[in-house]
Amino acid sequence: MRTFIKCSLALLCLLGTESLWSQSADRSIAAEPGITGTLLLGALVLAVCIVLAIVKISAAFSSMARKEKADSRKELKSLIENLNEEELQALAGKTEPEFNLEGHELSGIAVAKDEKGLIRQVENEVHSSPMVSRKKGAVSKMNLDPAFSKLILAFIGSAAFWLIFGTLIGQYLGMKFVWPELDSIAWLSFGRLRPVHTNAVFWGWSSMAMLGLGHLVVARTCNTAIYSLKAGWAALMLINSSVIIGSLLLMNGVNNGGGEYREYIWPVTALFAAGLIICLWNFYQTIARRNTKEIYVSNWYILGACAWTLVLVTIAYLPFYQNGLGETIIQGYYMHQGVGMWFMTFTLGLVYYFLPQSLNKPIYSYSLGVLAFWTQMLFYTLIGTHHFVFSPIPWSLQTVAIVFSMGMLIPVIAGTTNFLLTFRGSWRKLKDSYVLPFLLVGIVFYFVGSGQGTMQAFRFTNVIWHFTDFNVAHSHMTMYGIIAFFLWGGIYYLVPRITGQTPKELLVGAHFWMAFVGLIIYMFSMMIGGTLKGVSWLEGESFIKSVTLMAPYWLWRAIGGTMMFLSHIIFGINLWRMSRLKSKEPDLTDQLILKYEKKVLIS
Amino acid sequence: MNFNFHTNHRLLLISIFTGFLTLSLIIAVFPAKFVQDNNPPLTNKEFLSPEASRGLEIFVAEGCVTCHTQQVRNIATDKMWGKRPSIPADFADNKRLGFWRSTPSLLGTERTGPDLTNVGNRQGDVWHYIHLYNPRAVVPESIMPSYPWLFKSKAQAGPGDQVINIPDDFKDNPEDIIVATQRAEHLVAYLNSLKQAEILKTSTPEFIEYDWMKREPVAQPIATTEASEVDQEEILLDNRGPKDYERQCQACHQANGEGIPGAFPSLKGSPIVLDESPDQMINIILNGFDRPNEYGAMPALGVVLSDEQVAAIVNFERNHWGNKAPKTTVAHVKEIRNKTAANQ
Repeated sequence: MRTFIKCSLALLCLLGTESLWSQSADRSIAAEPGITGTLLLGALVLAVCIVLAIVKISAAFSSMARKEKADSRKELKSLIENLNEEELQALAGKTEPEFNLEGHELSGIAVAKDEKGLIRQVENEVHSSPMVSRKKGAVSKMNLDPAFSKLILAFIGSAAFWLIFGTLIGQYLGMKFVWPELDSIAWLSFGRLRPVHTNAVFWGWSSMAMLGLGHLVVARTCNTAIYSLKAGWAALMLINSSVIIGSLLLMNGVNNGGGEYREYIWPVTALFAAGLIICLWNFYQTIARRNTKEIYVSNWYILGACAWTLVLVTIAYLPFYQNGLGETIIQGYYMHQGVGMWFMTFTLGLVYYFLPQSLNKPIYSYSLGVLAFWTQMLFYTLIGTHHFVFSPIPWSLQTVAIVFSMGMLIPVIAGTTNFLLTFRGSWRKLKDSYVLPFLLVGIVFYFVGSGQGTMQAFRFTNVIWHFTDFNVAHSHMTMYGIIAFFLWGGIYYLVPRITGQTPKELLVGAHFWMAFVGLIIYMFSMMIGGTLKGVSWLEGESFIKSVTLMAPYWLWRAIGGTMMFLSHIIFGINLWRMSRLKSKEPDLTDQLILKYEKKVLIS
Repeated sequence: MNFNFHTNHRLLLISIFTGFLTLSLIIAVFPAKFVQDNNPPLTNKEFLSPEASRGLEIFVAEGCVTCHTQQVRNIATDKMWGKRPSIPADFADNKRLGFWRSTPSLLGTERTGPDLTNVGNRQGDVWHYIHLYNPRAVVPESIMPSYPWLFKSKAQAGPGDQVINIPDDFKDNPEDIIVATQRAEHLVAYLNSLKQAEILKTSTPEFIEYDWMKREPVAQPIATTEASEVDQEEILLDNRGPKDYERQCQACHQANGEGIPGAFPSLKGSPIVLDESPDQMINIILNGFDRPNEYGAMPALGVVLSDEQVAAIVNFERNHWGNKAPKTTVAHVKEIRNKTAANQ
């Protein structure tokens, strides 16, 4: 099935690019740096997907071969067992032995002890599923205060809810491109529902998941308890209520003015901001009480993300400079920084914790992380206006944005290099980890999505791609390919270590592959369709042509989107399985340790 | 004092906070303030009427900005959306919508539907109403949502009701009479107000046309040595006619030229179209036409179309769908444009 999808996808790419070529035989658009770069980056994603698939398939084959071998051995064994004494002796070619063995010549007669649990984890069963390789379970539970665990699980649970809700809406919107008459209910009309989708996955899913994981990362890297659990719960309530109220208002036709990602009116955003202030304060106090000398680099990113986003939201909602085109300048600044300074920055902070943890080795270069942090602040901040190239915004401002979009490659390359070099030498671990495939895809998309964003900021590429569905491809490559995959990596790492429950391997595999392949279908259909749309405008065809030509690409998008959505339901099931706290068999050791720690804290 | 970011959390937080704030002020807040303060509205641009202002609020509430831009970029691709690129002054009267809501983001970031900068010059009331009720009633390929909640179905029209002639296929019940609500009227008032204001030639920015964007004429005039100039023009007009019709006329008069009963007249076999002299037809295209109680008003397309486009459209309509009538020339259109302009 997977191969079939990939073949048809490759065919689709070929078709799409072919017609692009033929339209421009003599002035080859493909020779433009922006386009060439994007094509290369797209090819990179495909290559990674194919390599991963090949690795998986070959692993499946070898596991099947192993199973066959084991089966034939079993057969032989039962054959031998069914032989009678004489036949056996004939087979062995031996008569009665001259001595008797006691049976404990090698082991001795002392009772076996397994103090370090070396043997407990070993399983003798042959792993029989050809689809997924055997993953290591969460061996050691983290010793977390149960109340703290509960808070983190509440954040992640809310996030999962908003993910399923938000992408259900996204899925429905994608179908409306194919069947515009799906419904004619005011509350469900496209214009009202689209911001519900974007805001729910932004402020509901991604932000809640980030903050949930963030609480843990801050506490663990500071080697102390989180400063205030109550503050954590308050933030959780505030942010959840902001997304609930915001979504209802949007569906009811109450929005702030239609600027992307600031569609919530200010009182609703204020709820979110209040939650954020509380989190920033809580993180800061925890860091101030750290038991380590240095502030781990994750905390730089997390503090930065919270502080910057507060500045950002304040600037975006203050009215004094937002008449006329002033609003547009702020909108460009806001929509880019919302992504770059909040989601990207915070998530990078998480990766600096979860990647070394799940590889069980330190990050390759601490300094590279610090360099990436400061350049992130410098370059990302200045590139907002690249969303309005060729608009009436001052030309010089557009140029600054384009130049710094190029500069943005510095933190991106620094980060990618750092993560990949951390990976180096541990690639085998990919095979038996739930977490690493997610993180690896996140890293690949971090490079590809961000690099492609740079290419898209060029003036040339703006002529062709701006206003088309190519933007939609870009935003899903980044918010989904980077952010969502990193967050899943973090969640699959953390939750089993909190609860001691591992998810079903097959279901994690299904989640991973459906999300990944779905995203690839989604992004390539939108990239190819978007390019054809841009070329159609360039050729001066009537506008409706650019709508009809998109039909097959919108259909493919809906197909990719459906796979992504289904993968989220599977994620929901996995999360539910992982987060059932074991109640029948309380772990005595854990309780004793906690009791002891409390005593120490009190005294 | 400890100046090490790695160990001084207070210094770290203060630095990242002020660093970002400074950059933000430089790149966003100050430029925004500067642009806001130095671009007064154009003097000849009409302010929104109270109805149109309420229409803008509906426009924003329904999320129209999601798919419709309102900016003519200064590249040749965007020539189809306006006579000139947009300038900051075009947006100067776009202000905050009130205490609860910010300035609407009208420029937009995605063009899933057409740009609306100049839609007030392109389409008339009746078309907007039908299109809002169900876009596919006028543009079969459209994927825009329908907005039935801006209309009411009645058994009988009351006094003062704005009755919309919706083709029966698009109504739940063919007997129903569809009436526009006040909200629909306001929204249409807003759409009608969207007209690109004229500015001085000297201060008009130019469209950028990169070398690779320049297109050769679709078809080269054949046998250049023999064909006269008039013939060449005719061939060029014939070539562009179908495209211009599709872009400018088809939304109302439809691809089959038959229009929509009760809303847009048929061009097929129309006496005005088939008239020996094209003058009346050219006049209607340039200056609009309204025969109340019969059809929707035809907007004056002279502001939107060039003489060449008008000539191409006239020739196409007069010789298509079985129509047969003498062709016109660009020079003749120009003559009528000048004559009618002098009369007004």
